[in-house]
Amino acid sequence: MTSPGGLSAETAARAAALVALYPQPRSALVPICHLAQAADGYLTREAMADIASLVGVSAAEVLGTASFYDMLHTTPVGRYLVGICTNVACLLSGGEALLAHAEERLGVRAGGTSPDGTFTLEELECVALCDRAPCATVNWRYFGPLTNEGFDTLVDDLAAGNLAEEVPPHGTLNRVRRNGGLTVSREKVLAERARQDCSRAARKDAADAVAAARAELEKAHEAKGGDARK
Amino acid sequence: MITDAAPIVTARLRANPDSHTLERYLATRGYLALRKALSMHPEEVCAEVNRASLLGRGGAGFPAGRKWSMLRPNPVRYLAVNGDESEPATFKDHLLIERDPHQIIEGSVITAFAIGATQVFIYVRGEFALGLERMQTALNEAYRYGAVGNDIFGSGFSLDVVLHPGAGAYICGDETGLLESLEGKRGFPRIKPPYYPAVMGLYNEPTVVNNVETLSNVPWIVLNGGAAFARLGEGASTGTRMFSLSGHVRRPGNYEVEMAKTTFADLIHAPVYGQGIRGGHELKCFIPGGASSPWFGPEQVGLPLAADAVGKAGSMLGSGSIVVMDETTCVVRVAWRITRFFHRESCGQCTPCREGGGWLEKIIRRIELGSGREEDIDLLMDVCDNISPGLHYWPPEQTTICPLGPSIPPAIVCSIRMFRDDYLRHIKDGACPHA
Repeated sequence: MTSPGGLSAETAARAAALVALYPQPRSALVPICHLAQAADGYLTREAMADIASLVGVSAAEVLGTASFYDMLHTTPVGRYLVGICTNVACLLSGGEALLAHAEERLGVRAGGTSPDGTFTLEELECVALCDRAPCATVNWRYFGPLTNEGFDTLVDDLAAGNLAEEVPPHGTLNRVRRNGGLTVSREKVLAERARQDCSRAARKDAADAVAAARAELEKAHEAKGGDARK
Repeated sequence: MITDAAPIVTARLRANPDSHTLERYLATRGYLALRKALSMHPEEVCAEVNRASLLGRGGAGFPAGRKWSMLRPNPVRYLAVNGDESEPATFKDHLLIERDPHQIIEGSVITAFAIGATQVFIYVRGEFALGLERMQTALNEAYRYGAVGNDIFGSGFSLDVVLHPGAGAYICGDETGLLESLEGKRGFPRIKPPYYPAVMGLYNEPTVVNNVETLSNVPWIVLNGGAAFARLGEGASTGTRMFSLSGHVRRPGNYEVEMAKTTFADLIHAPVYGQGIRGGHELKCFIPGGASSPWFGPEQVGLPLAADAVGKAGSMLGSGSIVVMDETTCVVRVAWRITRFFHRESCGQCTPCREGGGWLEKIIRRIELGSGREEDIDLLMDVCDNISPGLHYWPPEQTTICPLGPSIPPAIVCSIRMFRDDYLRHIKDGACPHA
């Protein structure tokens, strides 16, 4: 199934379990890309070829899809992907100055990776932490509000390995695994919903019949000049 | 006015650092609404939500009950939960996903029961690493507890719920973009008609796409009744709603308030909310409903947080995010940053958005960096008018498949209209006066 340099046997097994969660295999493409990034830090050509065969599309389609998404990388990324938000709420709270400081501290411009491969720096769009602006993310773990000194401490802690528990290496997104696959068979769920539809229809029929009977009764009483409700 | 209406969707969060756990959820009336709903008829559940007049909390504000009733009859139906919150300065769903995932799961299962969905997908923005972990943990707990899976609480209703991570694309927050993404493709929004999700949604089957906050209201509505929900607020704006307050206020944060009763001024200034503009400064302007909404000035600060009132005043409550700017703010830079965002996030399918966004970004950058020309201001307005014809009325016309295109002009048009002198100073001085 997997090619040399591609997905490991373990990742391939987890990927196959993901495919089984969806009515169509291709839906698992992005979740599997996250798994591949967790293993290699980015999407290798070999991994994309394996993903293609797992979800039943061409390798070019995997690349074409992955390249649309900012979090999926097709070239190597540092161990720590540091993002600084400069979108509107952070802009108003000094996000640009924090980014400039981060560039100086890490010795790379936004978009670059430090020579030792430890840090990649990115300018972020809003990551929804605006009440703690200006904010930063490291491998999508959130930090804020940050001063320049706070950022330096964060970088020192990362370099010293003090945050290993909090911040896993780049690519590891969700460390909690799904507890098993789907539990309801397709036949069962379709049968249940069909029954529900029947009861819905029956209920509507019954309500219609009551309404019709009432209308007829009222008409009859009206003809007699009386009041149906008496 | 600050009303004493109790919060609905954030009730559990206060003083409960463990609000995301099943244990805390069960201790705070968790999953009682699901038990109640399963004992009702699906139509009755729909009727309660209709009675509540619950408007979608994602941005478009479409009534949730009506969305449900538009589903095409079909053996297979899907519910997609939109947790791809990416509108700049909106951070309410982020809070709900991290702090109360069970409430979202409960709301989703009730909704699936009401509409007869055969499977649920919870799409959570990829950047929310902690949110994904919390949601997956909660989902595992819910399966074990019997609130999801086979024969839920012995009711004969079975359902699988799958957590799906996004991977960083604003456009996947659009409901049809989200469905494309969920199918494993680029998040290109689909053209309506024919691709109304209720008719041709996920895998072309009828699908409801509801926002995380919208669904978080459903358990409360089932427990307390739609009428109780509709008694809160006023007119079309019923219930409570979360607002994300950010920018130059002393205390930014998420605040859940009763709709239509509370005003922007309350939210910005009240001691229990924003506590006013940061030290010694005054309000210059504010964005009332996310980066795509037209801006308001100090004269509109007394408006109530009601969809119709804000709409009449020429803007929208949108995603419920309010960005406050004081007098030190360079509005050209803010408009440039917002334009840069939309240009970057344009999926590229439609020319007005893809090209127009790029040209706007270049022109406004030129002004901000000091090389602007006076005619650039009219040029900006003209390009905006081409992307979204009719700058002088609201809501604008749409020339693109999805609303991202028409989201680009408001920041530019409003900042020019309100602060033309700021633009002229940039041009005359050849530099940003705030730099």
